[in-house]
Amino acid sequence: MSVKTPSRLEKVLAGGHMAVTSECGPPRGSDPEPIKKKADMIKDHVDAINITDNQTSVTRLCSLASCIHIKLMGVEPILQMVTRDRNRIALQSDILGAASFDIFNILCLSGDHQNFGDCAQGQNVHDLDSMQLLQAVRHMRDEGKFLGGDEIKRPPQMFAGAAANPFADPFEIRAPRLAKKIAAGAEFIQTQCIFNLDKFERWMEEVRQRGLHEQVAILAGITPFKSAGMAKFMAKRVPGMDIPDEVVKRMSDTPKEKQPEEGIKIAIESIQRLKEVEGVRGFHVMAIEWEEKVPEIVEQSGLYPRPELS
Amino acid sequence: MIVADKKPIEEIIGYVQDANRILILGCNECVTVCEAGGKKEVGVLASALRMHFLQQGREVKVDERTLERQCDHEYLEEIRDIADQYDAIVSLACGVGIQFTAEKYHSRPVYPGVDTCFLGVTEERGVWTERCQACGKCVLAETGAVCPVSRCAKRLLNGPCGGSTNGKCELNPELPCAWQLIIDRLTALNRLDEYEKLMPIKDWSTDRAGGPRKVVREDVQS
Repeated sequence: MSVKTPSRLEKVLAGGHMAVTSECGPPRGSDPEPIKKKADMIKDHVDAINITDNQTSVTRLCSLASCIHIKLMGVEPILQMVTRDRNRIALQSDILGAASFDIFNILCLSGDHQNFGDCAQGQNVHDLDSMQLLQAVRHMRDEGKFLGGDEIKRPPQMFAGAAANPFADPFEIRAPRLAKKIAAGAEFIQTQCIFNLDKFERWMEEVRQRGLHEQVAILAGITPFKSAGMAKFMAKRVPGMDIPDEVVKRMSDTPKEKQPEEGIKIAIESIQRLKEVEGVRGFHVMAIEWEEKVPEIVEQSGLYPRPELS
Repeated sequence: MIVADKKPIEEIIGYVQDANRILILGCNECVTVCEAGGKKEVGVLASALRMHFLQQGREVKVDERTLERQCDHEYLEEIRDIADQYDAIVSLACGVGIQFTAEKYHSRPVYPGVDTCFLGVTEERGVWTERCQACGKCVLAETGAVCPVSRCAKRLLNGPCGGSTNGKCELNPELPCAWQLIIDRLTALNRLDEYEKLMPIKDWSTDRAGGPRKVVREDVQS
């Protein structure tokens, strides 16, 4: 299969391998060591690492600088970029900045509302939405032009991704929403954390019915629970999250000291089941502030070693 | 209509505490309908101010007047003869009326008596909600006549974010998700397939991004 960018992630997928990505959140300060340490823990077990962009609208060291730090370590970054904080000038400018460091992957997002973060009184921008950002990335890469029409010298070469939440409402547009992101230019998809496997499999069925799985590489989102408390919190408080009662119960019924182990076990079981689902092309393992567990999850799910690319 | 809300009385007192002759100027249009700046509210505010100055032992004249509109020259002219008598005018019109009054009576201090909130509707008595942000380029034809610019917290033009839950916005469980409303409308119109049409990057130059806006209609200028 031919590739359009130098992205390692794209090559892994084009080679027919199950891809593995993970993500790291930058620190709330200017010391780059925490992000480098996290990346170092997982770099041998994943193909690329997402760096979040002021996630939950809490101000942090920027995604672009963090991506550069890990790129310089030889790790492949996926630049997360939200449309909340930048207009089209800043978005294009940051894309070029990333491209100047040979960052070859981008994940286009709208971003959490600022109301949830540390600047609730701030403005949001949303000059573009996530689908329009995808279009912008593809336009810059494929046409070699700015949105304004002028030519870009050395256009960015980025493998373009988007997020999908198979559990989000409105129900009627679960598959159409994915189709629209593909039409906008998405080449890979990282899904919301999957805990309701039955529902995810039903979504994949709809996706396959429309042949969407052949047009985009879907990486299933996996998050291990650290504790029963985390499961309960996510079930109740995190918007767009679908955690069945029996999963919360399984965590709660486990003695406290065994809960982290149980959480990992659930994650591994999920990956093993979803590997068999036609159209799942890999996994996005989001171990929130628990990056040290990523290698164990990847190994025990049979996803290690990662493919060597020439 | 333009929806406004009353300012706290303490704030208004802060503006006019040194004045001796105050005109409370209401407006008979939108702010009357949303019960923030009509004749009734002019009376209530004037009484409250009189009470305040009485308690302060100060003799302050507080007059009341409500105009048909404060956004048209002809109605604002109605106070031409009396405006100079006052050392403070508190306008209970929207931000538009407040400014137009100030433009017309350049040497009189004019203060806002309301906070202007949005373009909206009376959903029920005492509840007003937003419907339009006057972006200058209407997209309602594409969105089943539900506006994502004013009703989606992220003004997303191509569908809901991942936070839409049971028809509600992630910001507030009482706030309807604009995109749920759009999908419901498109479904009712049997036009749901139109959802997949990509809405192009919007020209925001007709929004506030392009600077203060102006509509010139030569056909009605004559």
